Amino acid sequence: MLKTHYLGTAALLAALATPVLMTAAQAEVESMDPIKLTLHDWTGQLITTGLMAAVLEEAGYNVEQVQADYLAQFAGLKTGDLHVAMEIWETTGREAMDEATAGGEVVNLGSTGMQAIEEWWFPDYMKEACPGLPDWQALKGCAAAFATPETAPKGRYLGAPVTWGGFDEERVAALGLDFEVIHAGTDAAMFAELESAYQRQAPILLWVYAPHWAPLKYKGEWVKFPPYEPACYTDPAWGSNPDATHDCAKPTGPIWKVAWKGVAEKWPGAAKAIEAFTISNDEMGAMISAVDLEGASIEDTVAGWMDANETTWKGWIGQ
Amino acid sequence: MNPLALRSLLWLGLFAVSLALAGFAPALGLAPVPVPFWLRVDLAGAISAAMRWLVETASFGLFTFKDLTRAIAALIDLPYQGARFVLVEGLREGRGSRAVTLIPPLGWLTVTLVMTALGVWAKGWRLGLFLGLCFVYLAAFGRWESAMITLASIVIAVPIGVAGGLVLGVAAYLWPLVNRVLSPVLDLMQTVPTFAYLVPILFLFGFGPVAALLATVIYAMPPMVRVTTLALRSVPTELEELSRMVGCTGRQRLSKVLLPAALPDLMVGVNQVIMLSLNMVIIASMIGAGGLGFDVLNALRRLDIGAGVEAGLAITALAVALDRLSQAMAQRSQRPGVVLRGSVWRRHRWGLSVLAMALAISLLGWALPALQTWPESATLSTKGFWSDLVKYININYFDQLEAVKGAMLGWLLLPVKRFLLALPWPWVLALLALAGAQLGGRKLALTCAALGLFILSTGLWEQAMTTLYLCGVSVLIAGLIGVPLGVLAASSETAARVIGAVIDTLQTLPSFVYLIPVVMLFRVGDFSAMIAVVLYALAPAVRYSAHGLRSVPPELIEAGTVCGCTRWQLLTRIRLPSALPDMLLGLNQTIMLALSMLVITALVGTRDLGQEVYIALTRADTGAGLVAGLAIAAIAIIADRLIAAGAAQARARLGLQGETAA
Repeated sequence: MLKTHYLGTAALLAALATPVLMTAAQAEVESMDPIKLTLHDWTGQLITTGLMAAVLEEAGYNVEQVQADYLAQFAGLKTGDLHVAMEIWETTGREAMDEATAGGEVVNLGSTGMQAIEEWWFPDYMKEACPGLPDWQALKGCAAAFATPETAPKGRYLGAPVTWGGFDEERVAALGLDFEVIHAGTDAAMFAELESAYQRQAPILLWVYAPHWAPLKYKGEWVKFPPYEPACYTDPAWGSNPDATHDCAKPTGPIWKVAWKGVAEKWPGAAKAIEAFTISNDEMGAMISAVDLEGASIEDTVAGWMDANETTWKGWIGQ
Repeated sequence: MNPLALRSLLWLGLFAVSLALAGFAPALGLAPVPVPFWLRVDLAGAISAAMRWLVETASFGLFTFKDLTRAIAALIDLPYQGARFVLVEGLREGRGSRAVTLIPPLGWLTVTLVMTALGVWAKGWRLGLFLGLCFVYLAAFGRWESAMITLASIVIAVPIGVAGGLVLGVAAYLWPLVNRVLSPVLDLMQTVPTFAYLVPILFLFGFGPVAALLATVIYAMPPMVRVTTLALRSVPTELEELSRMVGCTGRQRLSKVLLPAALPDLMVGVNQVIMLSLNMVIIASMIGAGGLGFDVLNALRRLDIGAGVEAGLAITALAVALDRLSQAMAQRSQRPGVVLRGSVWRRHRWGLSVLAMALAISLLGWALPALQTWPESATLSTKGFWSDLVKYININYFDQLEAVKGAMLGWLLLPVKRFLLALPWPWVLALLALAGAQLGGRKLALTCAALGLFILSTGLWEQAMTTLYLCGVSVLIAGLIGVPLGVLAASSETAARVIGAVIDTLQTLPSFVYLIPVVMLFRVGDFSAMIAVVLYALAPAVRYSAHGLRSVPPELIEAGTVCGCTRWQLLTRIRLPSALPDMLLGLNQTIMLALSMLVITALVGTRDLGQEVYIALTRADTGAGLVAGLAIAAIAIIADRLIAAGAAQARARLGLQGETAA
């Protein structure tokens, strides 16, 4: 009994001592004020942020992860209430990001290395009902295959929440597709419909984005529209329809890291590490499917990546 | 012909004219009637500008307005961090994955024991056992840490809401002017959806749990204010006179006589604050409160229906436990207290022994970790059960469900929608004013017309009519289901208990939990939204009709029996008509709940005012969000005033007594 008690105390003392020693062993950091990284509500972003937080902690920084809305967070990033946002998608966040960086309060710390894809997507079994897919021309002939009682004879295309933009109404009109665009309110609702249709092998055509678990879980493809060029969105003359803009695919683009301008002054080392952070679509896809499809926890997944890629992240913090 | 029949005939005629108008107006090129430019007001822009000024420039000289709000936030954060320390985190050394716990938070067994003891103290062993079971559920299903995060914010939000409500309620009781100013403000606090004011709160109080706490308090406080004022007013005048005679000062009269006498009623308000705070869990988690709400959202994003249901039921367990406990405490406060004498130990034997036991368990937790943290190997889960169930229904019954949906859409939803959208706005405003005049006189007519004009001036008329359609159809169906259930609940004790349990669950289970399976079965659209609204708004329809039927004077029923009425005649000729005023109040509440739910159903893609609020939220557009929120509030207030006036008339006609509820 006495012995266990002694052991317990020793363990407690050791526990008390360890963090102090570790901090001493690490490079001194510029400020111990917490760096606040924002968390949103999709798994990939939680992992990216978890990785960045783990790396910064290894470098000795004090890190806090806080929940914030994807677009509403820019208000906090401007004032310095929030410090770093790890995933601003070219496809959905560009306007908000430009607006915030224009004033100089928010700075772009470069790409995460991941490429965002957002496009019309269909499950593989729809190729039978609509031969010619994934080429978009095939959709012209088989709108009826995608119809539901509410939209018939038009096909039904399930678009993203209105706030995500995407110009799908314009695309449908410009390309002369006989489809009705229905907007889901959230992406949870969008993928609930996909899951339901997939279970029944029923027709569905919807907006799917990557990196996400859906294109990993379900077999299917993105529709191939004429490739995007900036002129397509601004110049009616571009593309197959001479009178309309948006007669092409959605743009793909990098996922950006942004930060409050004060980060580089207050924690220069951290700012460098954040700028250095990169990860590939494949690595991220594997981690997302581990979490969302196999039920692993985000903490374990992040810890696993940290163990396996020590040389990579040590390079980011100059160790 | 009696006046009532005459009036029915008039409205039947007006309805026919409306139908004709809606049918022919488009053909005649009459609809939509353009809104004159002088009726359009850019309120959204003005509000946004005011907000920008408030955040960026407003100053009191020494410090800015934002400094003030941030100081308030820091002040609230202090006790919140304390609650988190006790319930969630304990004391840790180090950061992130290397953190070492020095002092653990209260373990699951300790908290469960304390709750059980509170239940036993407040009412008896049955309640204690029930509370214990609720908390064991939280631990056994692996929801403990999230539940404690949620509990920590409830523990802070409820006292702030209660204290704020008490102060405002007392002020409204003492000074009529305060009452007059406060009354419309409270109306707005209760009817403007939370989403609408989240953005300004985020700007002023920063991101994170404190902003979520404040949003919760704003939403949960109004009933406390109302209950306080009402409770103080209903203290017998003799008691107040007595306090004057024995020479109490104003403050003594309030603190020693009035408030204690009103205590049982005040506890009803406390109960309301607790329940409404728990309603906010999901929304609060969207802006950084974390906890169970975050678990629900996160599970459903992965379409993990089972985990969503488990986390949702954890919210229900927490809500029902706190509800029962606070109700028991309210009843206990009505019992005359027994004054114990003797030493501290004698007086507080029960409390002290619970405290000692909790302490002992906490210490034992060092040696036996299972007492501190529920062992992971013993964690229960429904695993794939719920997902498989939805999948089974989806694969085997989708066609039947689709047929039902098609019929409902074709015969009810779409015609109503087309009808309402085709009505010219001057006609709608005229009808509103007429209804106001008939039910409540000139003042009500003016109020209704003014609120209608306000909606028109925001430029959101079409969305408002869509709101009216979705809300109207949902309320109709909720009534069709709810009233028979209420009749059933009023007729048998067993039925009442079963129906009560179902309704409690539906009201506290976050709607998001059933929204996603509903979307899987019925796709995105108005029909899915309607189902979610009906499920949520059903409760008051059932409760109020059951209550109304039960409180029919027995003499009336006896008289009916003596006259030889059959059971059916008793129900339709005597019981239902005399329960009408109560049922109208139930209708009123059903409408309020339906409107509050429309903001949530925006998540499945409706095109109404709720969607406008939601879009404004995601764009951080303060002005647009508040304007759409105010338009919803305007609809709610019109419905509330008209129905309250109608209920008062029905009461007067039946010769029943009782005050009109606000």
